Amino acid sequence: MADKKWMPRWFYQLASPRWCYDITGKLLPIFAVAAVLLLVTGTVWALMFAPADYQQGNSFRIIYIHVPSAILAQSCYMMMAVAGAIGLIWKMKVADMVAKSCAPIGATIAILALATGAIWGKPTWGSWWVWDARLTSMLILLFLYFGVMALNSAIESEQTAAQATAVLALVGLVNIPIIKYSVDWWNTLHQPATFTLTEKPAMPPEMWIPLLVMVIGFYCFFAVAMMLRLRNEIVRRERRSSWVRELISG
Amino acid sequence: MSFESFAEFIDMGGHGLYVWLSYAIALGVVVINIVNPLMQKRQIFTEQARRLRREKQNP
Amino acid sequence: MSNIVTKQAEQKLQSGAVKVDGPFWGALKRDLLLSYRRKSDLVNPLIFFLMVATLFPLGVSPEPQFLADVAPGVVWVAALLATLLSMDSLFRSDFEDGTLEQLLLSPQPLFMVVLAKVLAHWMLTGLPLTLLAPLLGVMLFLPGEGMFGLVLSLLLGTPTLSLVGAIGAALTVGLRKGGVLISLLVLPLYIPVLIFGTASIQAAITGLPLGGYLALLGAMLALGLVMAPLAISAALRISVSG
Repeated sequence: MADKKWMPRWFYQLASPRWCYDITGKLLPIFAVAAVLLLVTGTVWALMFAPADYQQGNSFRIIYIHVPSAILAQSCYMMMAVAGAIGLIWKMKVADMVAKSCAPIGATIAILALATGAIWGKPTWGSWWVWDARLTSMLILLFLYFGVMALNSAIESEQTAAQATAVLALVGLVNIPIIKYSVDWWNTLHQPATFTLTEKPAMPPEMWIPLLVMVIGFYCFFAVAMMLRLRNEIVRRERRSSWVRELISG
Repeated sequence: MSFESFAEFIDMGGHGLYVWLSYAIALGVVVINIVNPLMQKRQIFTEQARRLRREKQNP
Repeated sequence: MSNIVTKQAEQKLQSGAVKVDGPFWGALKRDLLLSYRRKSDLVNPLIFFLMVATLFPLGVSPEPQFLADVAPGVVWVAALLATLLSMDSLFRSDFEDGTLEQLLLSPQPLFMVVLAKVLAHWMLTGLPLTLLAPLLGVMLFLPGEGMFGLVLSLLLGTPTLSLVGAIGAALTVGLRKGGVLISLLVLPLYIPVLIFGTASIQAAITGLPLGGYLALLGAMLALGLVMAPLAISAALRISVSG
């Protein structure tokens, strides 16, 4: 197979559930420690040391949860769609499992982004929910996650479910920019944006460095949660293979 | 340190409810996403161990 | 049986006798004829469309000023739901009697067959909805200037709804209770069409140029025409083989 030479070796190793189980076992503690360190540092920094915003006061500190979760919810969908595409194209079982593991995490993170956005809206806009462009896009993203999860649980055959979900996730991925653009446009039509939550002309470093710490911490947390689910999925699907039997009985 | 006293830290300049609620929900989401797969793992392992035992008894 | 069919078709393909537009017209004609013989399926979405629009004056307020304000949104939401309602049956009967499997096995490009089926679906739901929309507009006191925008936006928007909805229908064709699931999968994807569809009507009412909105709706339709049949064919292959 000369035409396969251009793919790196690890790509093929990834296709082996067993290799994947072993490598995630080694990576998990590293990411877990990193996630705990970063999230604790970031939270303490955000709550105690970052300066209060001159307009919004201390309610500004919600940004350190809202923005990382919003970013993560979007990247998680992208990862789910890309993993689904890899599973569709190369028939890689592990990629299907990654895609399946991403969906529930992404949905909860999107809920977190929505909840913090709504809570932030109360002191800033005076009401718990405002049809702000970002919040509305996030709500639609959550609907997309719900659709993917509903389809995945409705189809009984694991392989069919994975493939169907991958197609749906890819369709969603194509649609996300269109939805985002149309919602942004709709928002400027109906209520001229007077005050956006997250766009600051120039955030001073003592504000954005903790934000960066939190974003990286959230990514590490996502890696931990995803690998935990992935390992469960590998064990469940490979339960007939000898190495899983050994793992369980041993 | 942006706060003079602990009471001020809790109050968050009148926005305490909102800030702490957000962080509490965030903590909840993080905990759910870690605890849920761990419980799932325990369930899968006990289930599979039971299956293996059953298969050993009557092959 | 299917083996013989595919073998014959393969020979045809090699000899260059298979045309790309043949299956397109064949599928279109067949689908139109089939739904013509089952007229109730044809009328049901239209009645549903009327009923949903009737609920708004009853449920909120029959005041002309209020109705005129919400008319673009109401008509579009009703059209969207009516399309969705009819979506479930798009591939279902073909799946149940095995025609779909034969279609997948045939060497003709599935892209064209799927496109023909979606076009037939649009001609039987989207087009009648568009033609019926002015009536609803009158009932909801939509200003006369808006009628033009209403019809044009529906004309450009409903094919996109059919195309996107067909992806959901293809993904759920093998499932027993696909109906609710389709709505869950497809409704979020309909939002851009809804936004620009209502916006073009509002622009028409206020006398603003609506070329831009119609261009955006057209762009979405073009994108859908190119991409959606690929997704639909992939989804059909997955659903039927599973």
